[in-house]
Amino acid sequence: MELRLLVQLGIIGLAFFMLINASAVLVLAERKIMAAIQQRYGPYLVGPHGMLQPLADILKLLMKEELRPKEADKWLFTLAPVIAVTAAFTAFATVPFGAETTFFGLLDEPVKLGIADVNVGLLVVFAVTSMGVYGIVLAGWASNSKYSLLGGLRSSAQMISYELSYATALASVVLLSGSLSLREIVNAQEGYWFGFIPQWYLFLQPLGFIIYGIAGVAETNRAPFDFPEAEQELVSGYNTEYSSVRFALFPQAEYINMVTMSAVATNLYLGGWHFPFVPVEYGWIAFLAKVGFLLFAYIWIRWTVPRYRYDQLMQFGWKWLLPAAVINLLITAAVFLYFNA
Amino acid sequence: MPETLQFYLFAALAIGASALVIGQRNPMHSVLLLIASFGALAGLYVLLDAPFVAVAQIIIYAGAIMVLFLFVVMLLNAPQEDAHKDPFALVRQSGLTRVGAVLALLLLLQLSWALLSVSGLAGPVDAGGDAAVVSSVPELGRVLFTDYMFAFEATSVLILVAMVGAVVLAGRRENEE
Amino acid sequence: MDGWLGFVIMSVLGVGFAAVMIGLSVLLGPRNPTPEKLAPYECGMPAVGDARERHSVRFYLVAMIFLLFDIEIAFLYPWAVALRDLGWAGFVQVLTFFCVLTVGFVYVWRKGVLDWGPVARRAGDPVQKKAA
Repeated sequence: MELRLLVQLGIIGLAFFMLINASAVLVLAERKIMAAIQQRYGPYLVGPHGMLQPLADILKLLMKEELRPKEADKWLFTLAPVIAVTAAFTAFATVPFGAETTFFGLLDEPVKLGIADVNVGLLVVFAVTSMGVYGIVLAGWASNSKYSLLGGLRSSAQMISYELSYATALASVVLLSGSLSLREIVNAQEGYWFGFIPQWYLFLQPLGFIIYGIAGVAETNRAPFDFPEAEQELVSGYNTEYSSVRFALFPQAEYINMVTMSAVATNLYLGGWHFPFVPVEYGWIAFLAKVGFLLFAYIWIRWTVPRYRYDQLMQFGWKWLLPAAVINLLITAAVFLYFNA
Repeated sequence: MPETLQFYLFAALAIGASALVIGQRNPMHSVLLLIASFGALAGLYVLLDAPFVAVAQIIIYAGAIMVLFLFVVMLLNAPQEDAHKDPFALVRQSGLTRVGAVLALLLLLQLSWALLSVSGLAGPVDAGGDAAVVSSVPELGRVLFTDYMFAFEATSVLILVAMVGAVVLAGRRENEE
Repeated sequence: MDGWLGFVIMSVLGVGFAAVMIGLSVLLGPRNPTPEKLAPYECGMPAVGDARERHSVRFYLVAMIFLLFDIEIAFLYPWAVALRDLGWAGFVQVLTFFCVLTVGFVYVWRKGVLDWGPVARRAGDPVQKKAA
């Protein structure tokens, strides 16, 4: 029992460590992929092929002066990045990342690879993600700067608009699996159709996956929907007045949110840790590969698609994405009942 | 940590945050503290083995209603109350606040009467036979869409009215001008 | 890990991480404020007026409609989980629910609440005119 608890705490610690480092790895990946797309080398000086660049960045940010505008709200200005980062970390808590394992016989009873296993896990992710909006809107308001405020206001309206679409898209998957636990949803995707097509919800819910993907990009404020910090219009948006570590925490939260979004997409649509010819014991490798691919797609989209206009974004979210998600849900329900009732 | 201790922790958080909400001069701080209070309430729901209610509390109250509050505060740009002003000036001047005070007193009396009339608070409160059944989400769905079907459909009309009301209220001044 | 303990640990770790990072930067960073550094950024010009001005009522309307649809979604999830037991009766109920909501959605759409920018301006939208 002691050993079991220790192993579980170790899993949590490892996941936390990976999330902290995910932002460093993703910053480097982002700059390298961007450079490749733009036919440049990207960071190349620090370490072999610029691999140590994120470390240099973090050290530089730590040594910078913390600035806070005189008119800013003292407490909220510091609280905003803390809220953003905490919401990002906590949102990952109920996302499982591997099957049950005994660590090759080390433990008598298998433990679940995941931080917290609760039966309403999907809704917890949804709820905690919706708290992230406060980090951004408070950063904008507390700075008492016009660019920050506009960025914060815009992004909050954007995030709540797209939250509806992705919650509705996810409801279709919940309907098919009959569970709100991410682990049960993943396990419902085990097996094959006709012996070779994996039973992933991607194939049953292609439209839902696309809606979730678009809304997920908008929800994490990534290009082509990166209006909170549209630099041509708003300098840097909600984090214009931030410097040093308090600034660094915002991109950190953004990258962790990207990881969470990709992990949820993997669990809900791409079969989680199930993959043809990969034993479930090694499923976490398949899981990491899928999440890595989705993160690559995130970066790929950012450097390929130009930014929308804000009015286009809001109209697209409300007039196209939300009705499409609702119709997708109703059709899914009807087909589901036709085969199951 | 024993469950009783957890309960008192969340309860103290909820009450403390709520008390601070009305003590703030900056409406933005009040909004944040109210969110904290809702979070503590969600913790209490989890302890009551009603995780769905807890999550709904966060999604709807802390996630949606408070965003609306935040927008209203930012929209009106309600100025910060002047710290130098006499804190009791309003009470001395306005008759309305006196009515409010009387109502608050009545509420206090009503609450204390209600609490005192409940006998046996020392033991667990009996929540009826189906309390355990409703705590799981599929059961909740089953009950909601069979026994409380009419209430559910009535909610849609309520939402419709709220939608129309919001649009009409937002456009009202335009028509008057 | 089963239950909510992992969730609590993760949020504590999150707050702790942010606090440690901010604390480190306070310790390591220089501290040399000047009035220019402490002024809000407005492209190098002296700041004009206060940033906390009134905003378009449109943001309030979006938050209001979001709230109403969020309530709908909170109903949707128990329905989605229980649908295999509810059968077609449950489907018809939610269809009715959506029909009523669609009436409201169409009303909001026709009133131009979902229009932003040039589209709204072309339609001579009252919300837009008021903000201008």
